[in-house]
Amino acid sequence: MRVKVLILRAAGTNCDLETGFAFEKCGAEVTFRHIWTMAPEELRNYQILVLPGGFTYGDYLGAGTILAHELRTRFQEEILSFIDKGGLILGVCNGFQVLVKTGLLPGLSGYFRVEATLVENESGRFEDRWVYLRPEKTNCIFLKGIDSVFELPVAHAEGRFLAPDAVIHKMREEGMVALRYTNSDGSPPGYPGNPNGSIDDIAGITDPTGQILGLMPHPERFIDPFHHPRHTREMIGFLAGYEILKRGVDYVRKNL
Amino acid sequence: MVHRVEVRKRYPDKRGERIIAGMGLLGVTGIDKVEVIDVYYLYGISDVEARRIAEELLTDPVGEEYRLGKFDCDGTEIEITYNPGVEDPVTPSALRAIADLGIKIEHFKTAKRYIFSGDLDPETLNTVATRLLYNPLIEHIVTGDEEFPETTYRFKLIHIPLEGDLVAISKRYGLALNRIEMERIQEYFRKIGRPPTDIELETIAQTWSEHCVHKTFKGRIEYEGRVFENLIKETIFAVVEELKPGWCLSVFHDNSGVVEFDDEYGVCFKVETHNHPSALEPYGGAATGIGGVIRDILGTGQGAKPILSTDVFCFGEPDIGYDELPEGVLHPKRIISGVVGGVRDYGNRMGIPTASGAVFYHPSFLSNPLVFCGCLGIIPKKNIKKELKPGYRVILVGGKTGRDGIHGVTFASQELDSESQSLSSCVQIGNPIEEKKILDLIIRARDLGLIRSITDCGGGGLSSAVGEMGRELGVEVHLERVPLKYTGLTYTEIWISEAQERMVIATRPEDVDRLINLFAEEGVEAVEIGRFTGDRMLRLYYEGNKVGELEMEFLHKGIPKVVRKARWEKREELIRPEPIPLDSAFLKVLGSYNIASKEWIIRQYDHEVQARTIVKPLVGRCCDGPSDGIVIWPRLEKRSGLAVGCGLFPRYGQIDPYHMAASAIDEAIRNIVAVGADPSRIALLDNFCFGSPEREEVMGAIVRACLACYEIGLAYGTPFISGKDSLYNEYIDPVGNPRPILPTLLVSSIGLIPGGKVVTTDLKEEGNLLYLIGRSKEELGGSEYFYQLGIETGIVPKVDPEVGKKIYLCLHRAINEGLIQACHDLSEGGLGVALAEMVIGGRVGAEIDIDRIDFDGKARPDLILFSESNSRFLVEIRPEDETRINTIFSGLPHYRIGKVGNDHLSIRSGGKTILEFSIDTLVTTWKHKPVL
Repeated sequence: MRVKVLILRAAGTNCDLETGFAFEKCGAEVTFRHIWTMAPEELRNYQILVLPGGFTYGDYLGAGTILAHELRTRFQEEILSFIDKGGLILGVCNGFQVLVKTGLLPGLSGYFRVEATLVENESGRFEDRWVYLRPEKTNCIFLKGIDSVFELPVAHAEGRFLAPDAVIHKMREEGMVALRYTNSDGSPPGYPGNPNGSIDDIAGITDPTGQILGLMPHPERFIDPFHHPRHTREMIGFLAGYEILKRGVDYVRKNL
Repeated sequence: MVHRVEVRKRYPDKRGERIIAGMGLLGVTGIDKVEVIDVYYLYGISDVEARRIAEELLTDPVGEEYRLGKFDCDGTEIEITYNPGVEDPVTPSALRAIADLGIKIEHFKTAKRYIFSGDLDPETLNTVATRLLYNPLIEHIVTGDEEFPETTYRFKLIHIPLEGDLVAISKRYGLALNRIEMERIQEYFRKIGRPPTDIELETIAQTWSEHCVHKTFKGRIEYEGRVFENLIKETIFAVVEELKPGWCLSVFHDNSGVVEFDDEYGVCFKVETHNHPSALEPYGGAATGIGGVIRDILGTGQGAKPILSTDVFCFGEPDIGYDELPEGVLHPKRIISGVVGGVRDYGNRMGIPTASGAVFYHPSFLSNPLVFCGCLGIIPKKNIKKELKPGYRVILVGGKTGRDGIHGVTFASQELDSESQSLSSCVQIGNPIEEKKILDLIIRARDLGLIRSITDCGGGGLSSAVGEMGRELGVEVHLERVPLKYTGLTYTEIWISEAQERMVIATRPEDVDRLINLFAEEGVEAVEIGRFTGDRMLRLYYEGNKVGELEMEFLHKGIPKVVRKARWEKREELIRPEPIPLDSAFLKVLGSYNIASKEWIIRQYDHEVQARTIVKPLVGRCCDGPSDGIVIWPRLEKRSGLAVGCGLFPRYGQIDPYHMAASAIDEAIRNIVAVGADPSRIALLDNFCFGSPEREEVMGAIVRACLACYEIGLAYGTPFISGKDSLYNEYIDPVGNPRPILPTLLVSSIGLIPGGKVVTTDLKEEGNLLYLIGRSKEELGGSEYFYQLGIETGIVPKVDPEVGKKIYLCLHRAINEGLIQACHDLSEGGLGVALAEMVIGGRVGAEIDIDRIDFDGKARPDLILFSESNSRFLVEIRPEDETRINTIFSGLPHYRIGKVGNDHLSIRSGGKTILEFSIDTLVTTWKHKPVL
């Protein structure tokens, strides 16, 4: 079967094309849609919903806020039934901010309840750099079976994950912290290994079903060995970004 | 009924910290905390609705809290909001989002409330506010009453009789036209028997400005007994005309130059300057600089897609004291912070990687910084040619038009002085999200065939864009159809406004509705404002009244030819300063602002968005070594590379602009040959930044730089495909003395890497050999070493293109054969710096013996290590490849100078170690001081 991926765009989305290209490379059929030209029911035609990186609506009213609001007010019912039918949702960078601000992540006490946030980096700056990430024990479909440290690039100004202690505690308990910033040996990093000052080194989180993944790092920027910043020194065979997206596509092909 | 909602952060707000840092740069101290509160005014709703909007839309429940009304705060406070009539960028999205909640609202606007802990006297508060918090053109301080009457404009046609003192008329209207040009205009209107209208005079001033028409470069110039009838045509354009390379697809006549990339696509490249706006309002000036050059790419052919941005800056020395600043001049750190921030925020939001660039510091740029912004695009070959026919419609797309940027181009064609700081109306205001929407839609419209021709609205606004587009056919425009940000604009202001984020499209009449609807789908306004006629006239109407009528022939060809004299006095002399202790000299050069790491800038730019950056600006074991050129894959599905680099040597320019330009070309080429570019497929861009060409020695410098472009460009087989000049880069100090910048030519380069084989600068493996390629001479005039010693003269580096070309071809062959493990070009700081940087990148030591170099000059270690002779590389090879390397480079200067290994850098001469540094020392010296 063809795995159908929807790349949802809005004004200011800017990682849509390479994200679509990466999913095509994983064997999916990709459609790009602008949220203003799409009826919520059309979501039923897809199995993976992707919110790519960018600065939707200029990040006015907060990073991802307005797109989150549009999803909450117009797409709520359809998204709930999309998840219910086993569909996968991926939010990268600005897309992660959108998922947190809609309340789809972490989703501890049901969806569309905001429990966490992503705020300005502790450095006060936009930063583009490659980081080491440690996949944690979760049921996240996109990360299934990936158990060693890998690298991906981050590029953002507002990636610092914050939530009340109780939420963080529960996320840890229930295995919803999907990715942590780390040193190459797996030990906890300071800055810049943790590029934004995220609490508990959180880089990406999943929901209780494991169907939703939101992360600040960009998987679509590491789908070829030449993307890696040290490819003239070492050719890395494990293309972490490709592997993450491919797991989503393969899961849909097998299970839906 | 108005509701006020305030939202404050629950966690430390970085915006406040940035304001404190900014106040530091203004010399204001004593405030340790600034809180920023977001304020929203909601009009015509109930209390319940206001609370719902605040809760569900305006407040992040985890990170923020809100209040209806005001939070209580202690300290000095100030509130800033948009001027009446100015479009608040948040409003449209917010109104839509509120409608999604099912609430009917009359109006929505935002403000910001700043609370300073502690007392600020009103004057300081005003300085802080005008410099850091708001731009009076679009915003104001809230003082209570927020109801302002909107200004209205009632049509009245204005004629300007050209009688009496013509120069005074030019001055009064800010036209920047000289007496001869004014007389020419007078003569034209006498002939047709009426005085010009204001809009006609403005149109001519815009079209004839140095910024738009480059009259100096096209002028008649006398230099050393030679007369150039058209300087640029006889030098820079001549390279491509004589070489006639089939791969140059569109050169010097569109908004950017286009070269062939592969069978289906071309790539186009343009670099612009935005110097004067950046001197006055660094953030806005740089942001609109990058926004403008991106539109040049969108406006190439029938529309190209931007895939890379470049940025090159020249600033004053950052450590200058506040008391040393000339009147009306901003501190370099403030300029740097604003310029970098402007490029970062605009470029990152556009989703275009900013991955290539350079920064240069010298006191001559203190009052006149240079800001070069470049953009590179990809375009299907079938869309390279524009098509225009009578009857095609003129469509204006993008942002609304306001009073911003009036007279930007005539302003750019004059010197800055201490009064310039008050000319804030010349600075434009950028909105990257608007431009991103336009970008997405232009590419879609192009692929649907709806765009027959397109150009950007940049300097000169509609006047330049439409006037230029219609030059062959003639065009009529109805100015009242242009969407406005606020009421009250005159017809002339509409015509010459440089409001940003606007493009002009020519489309077939039958496609107008489709085009407008397509843009409307994603929230971009597109309006038909006129049509192309075929009678070679420019006709302007306002509410049915004819306000302007000019023959295109006169507008575009009527300008009197500029005649200038040029001279240059040679000032090159051999200097051999007393050496200072070698180890301190080495660290001084390595740690100088010009040479030290630029990582603090590079990381603020998203240099990897679009997932095509294959050699990044930072490379090596810890991803912090410098790259010579950068490499992108213009097509994601194909591993064919494109390398991008640049060269810039302003200090050489004060010794001899010829060799300054020659060296810039050589550097731009070797930058990208070093990463793998094919030397036979390199194209160049020129950006001239000089002082006033009305002075003979400045004109002489320009001529010499042009001559180098011709001779060196031709010898290397590297054509110029696009360029731009920016003149009058001078600051007139309060007593009337001009302070020109150093003669500066930026050369940018692009080169193909069809096979995709790339090399980086970082040393790879212990035991490998180090070879120096190219001839080293005692050429330290203008070098970083001499600069650190306080010497500004000497023998300047020359270019020998015959040898250089052979070196480039041989190095390219060696790279393609996989023989080169690491390669770094020698540039500022010479061999010493190149070696240190390779060690830093690889975090592995090296040992060299400088006696193995055949040095042309006095063989003193400091002169050998810091000579900046051109066309040189330091390469790392495996021992087993040595024979093959010697074969490839036979007959060319190449020296085995040492090997890779150990945990330190050691340099030997005369049988003993003369310098030794640990890797750590090199790293901390090179990375020690971010400027901000």
